[in-house]
Amino acid sequence: MAELKDFKLPDVGEGLTEADILRWDVAVGDSVVVNQVLVEVETAKAAVELPSPFAGVVTQLHYPEGATVEVGRPIISIRVGAGELPAQPDQPVQPDVRPVGGPTSSGPDASPAGGSAAGRPGSAEELIPALPADGSADQPAGDATSPKREAVLVGYGVAGERGRRRRRTTSELAPSANDAFGVHPPATALSAAPRQVAAKQAEGPAAFENPLTFENPASIDNPASFENLDVLAKPPVRKLAKTLGVDLFRVAPTGPNGTISRNDIQEAAQRQPDARTDGRPGRAPTGGETRVPIKGVRKHTAAAMVASAFTAPHVTEFVTVDVTAMMELRDRVSARREFRDLKVSPLLFVARALLWAAGRTPIINSHWDADSGDIVIKHYVNLGIAAATDRGLIVPNIKSAQSMTLLELATAIGALTDTARAGRTSPADMAGGTITITNVGVFGVDTGTPILNPGEAAIVAMGAIRRQPWVVGEGADERIEPRWVTQLAVSFDHRSVDGQQGSQFLADLAALLHDPGLAQL
Amino acid sequence: MSLHGHVPPEPDLVQLLTPEGVRVSHPDFPLDISDDEIQALYRDLVLVRRFDAEATALQRQGELGLWASCLGQEAAQVGAGRALRTQDMAFPTYREHGVAWCRDVDPLTLLGMFRGVSLGGWNPNENNFNLYTIVIGAQTLHAVGYAMGVTRDGAVGTGEPDRDTAVLTFFGDGASSQGDVNEAMIWAAAGNLPVVFYCQNNQWAISEPVERQSKVPLFQRSAGFGFPGIRIDGNDVLACLAVTRMALDEARSGQGPTLIEAYTYRMGAHTTSDDPTRYRLSDELETWRLRDPIERVRAYLIRQAGAGQDFFDELEAESEALAVRVRAGCRALQDPSPLSVFDGVYAEMTEELAEQKAGYAEYLASFEDGAHQIDEPVASS
Repeated sequence: MAELKDFKLPDVGEGLTEADILRWDVAVGDSVVVNQVLVEVETAKAAVELPSPFAGVVTQLHYPEGATVEVGRPIISIRVGAGELPAQPDQPVQPDVRPVGGPTSSGPDASPAGGSAAGRPGSAEELIPALPADGSADQPAGDATSPKREAVLVGYGVAGERGRRRRRTTSELAPSANDAFGVHPPATALSAAPRQVAAKQAEGPAAFENPLTFENPASIDNPASFENLDVLAKPPVRKLAKTLGVDLFRVAPTGPNGTISRNDIQEAAQRQPDARTDGRPGRAPTGGETRVPIKGVRKHTAAAMVASAFTAPHVTEFVTVDVTAMMELRDRVSARREFRDLKVSPLLFVARALLWAAGRTPIINSHWDADSGDIVIKHYVNLGIAAATDRGLIVPNIKSAQSMTLLELATAIGALTDTARAGRTSPADMAGGTITITNVGVFGVDTGTPILNPGEAAIVAMGAIRRQPWVVGEGADERIEPRWVTQLAVSFDHRSVDGQQGSQFLADLAALLHDPGLAQL
Repeated sequence: MSLHGHVPPEPDLVQLLTPEGVRVSHPDFPLDISDDEIQALYRDLVLVRRFDAEATALQRQGELGLWASCLGQEAAQVGAGRALRTQDMAFPTYREHGVAWCRDVDPLTLLGMFRGVSLGGWNPNENNFNLYTIVIGAQTLHAVGYAMGVTRDGAVGTGEPDRDTAVLTFFGDGASSQGDVNEAMIWAAAGNLPVVFYCQNNQWAISEPVERQSKVPLFQRSAGFGFPGIRIDGNDVLACLAVTRMALDEARSGQGPTLIEAYTYRMGAHTTSDDPTRYRLSDELETWRLRDPIERVRAYLIRQAGAGQDFFDELEAESEALAVRVRAGCRALQDPSPLSVFDGVYAEMTEELAEQKAGYAEYLASFEDGAHQIDEPVASS
């Protein structure tokens, strides 16, 4: 007889009371072995991975990613051992709460999981009230999330998500009304041939004929029916399925005892291009796909970019400029003793030029304060430098950069990039920026149309600096010479910055890089 | 040349087995060792690592309150541990799981303190392996005191191999800044005591890099106290064995203390409560991964010593069995009786303490459900 074991959140750091779920590494239905990493949690002290104390099959994840959990609460349930679970009326099995890859259903009218709840008010509305009265009748008091909320929290419709995880159908992917709702066949159909499955469904209980009632709590609570949802496949086969992007629940098993074999997966993978013609998303014909959860820096970046792009009307202008004089200046500066430990990069001179140009066009260094109805012109420059890090794009800034000497600025840029690369940039380092430089040139590209860092009025993109033919001299002296040439772009917030002002700023910036001596003016 | 402009040469690092698994000789530290013996060292290394990994997992599963992993330092510990003779005494920190292994302390016993069911768990005199010491550096003073006793027993310099005794004390780069360690070295030098100071410089004192603590390589500190110091490749089990063996021999023969700096790296967190990604770079970790103490021995055994796949398979099975035993054994560790706290205070219980014990027993018995009530964990909400 199988046994259901709960893994309770341990105190991983001497006296902690809670932890946040950062990432689930397993989903309901997965087989796990002892010490396999189940989840990453973050406490006040550290982000740590928790290894499984049990070997078995995951039957429930009690919390979604992002939830804060008290130490001692069960976070995952694992069925240990073979056979049926004893009836446990107090332990209803809740749906998988994790968004894992793959489409959700195979019906011709199927929509992605996120849309199936929203797009089917009739079904979704009826399903939700069908759960226990408050949606958490069997949760311990004080539990942070109810089952219903768990599903919604991670952006997947309740019905679609359940259907996808619970489904077990044949390789034929025969469209049917039931499929759209992810109805799973009864127990005996597990290892049966496709035709038998269809037959079973046809003669099955009313619940299976009426998709709107399949989520009846009674059936959810029935451990026996849940039991049948498991797919039998060895871990290497599961891995192959993951790699090829094959949903195990869609594969007809031909192996011994109803197990899915390596061959089954490969055949299913072959068929996938056909299965895709119904317009469902997300299946690569070969090579599979990788789903990266949108969280952390990526999530923040996305929100900031969308907010910026749809709040501030952007205008981007470009200029191509001969920066040979700047490159020569750079060589002279880097040879100086006080710069011996510093990186003297073109970025340093662009930063310096930006500070000079911003001083001549103050509106470029401002903030559109919609709440107060003011344009706030800053008399200081907190110069943001966009940095690509392992965690994603971050924009730490150098505080009060306007009053820095070249040496101080070089030191500050060095410290800022080192900190960012080390992943140690603090929130304070990223707050309060007033204008930003993004150096896309380091990636070898010439220019781009940067999106404003939210709250700022301008962002400068510097492109790659290349040796290019350039026309120099005048009249009889006119000739083509190889010069250091680059492109600069500036995007500005057209609510506050007029075209004349933005152009003036960009022209000044270019002029100083072309002729650094202008700073004497 | 100014005084402050003087830069001492980069220290020599004694190495007998390169990270690529090639045996190299060192003019001052020859090591006569058979391939079978190297194979035995390899077994130690693998089993220690497996045990350590299991203990880390047990902590993450809530079975241990804390664990201090020795990942990456196995060679430094096994090399030193295997250099000890039976009569020698070792004074560990709380991370010397590899030394405990060499002293035949049951790994399961080590878990008792980390699970909170014992205050130590083993009799230090049985295996000549002192209890784990949590107070940073304090064990170096205990070791020096023990070495004073050895000297007074006349168990130094007699020339009898089974009588002459050395003391080996462990500490880390962080502890090298402690007053205790420096006092211990002063006393050791003054008394010409048979003690070897074995510093595993794992580069990080929790989050503090060693360069911020010491302007000189740690092994050079011994010069100031008046005894020799040497830096060895702490990820090279052969160098650790050869040099520690020589230092212990010299201690036993009455030549006095030595400081050994085993230059190694803590691959894991300081303890399970620590998150090293907050203060060190993954680049550094990758650099040290290439110097792994186990991989180089494996490479040597395969390429030079002709070890077959059977050996590795059997060892793999043995280490899995060890893990299973440790896992099951850990969960089965019994909570101590509330009265046991009285038993370990004095060698012979005083009358007053006996009264207190009896009084406490009476108090426990006053509960309706008997003494066990006190053992019930406080109900969580």
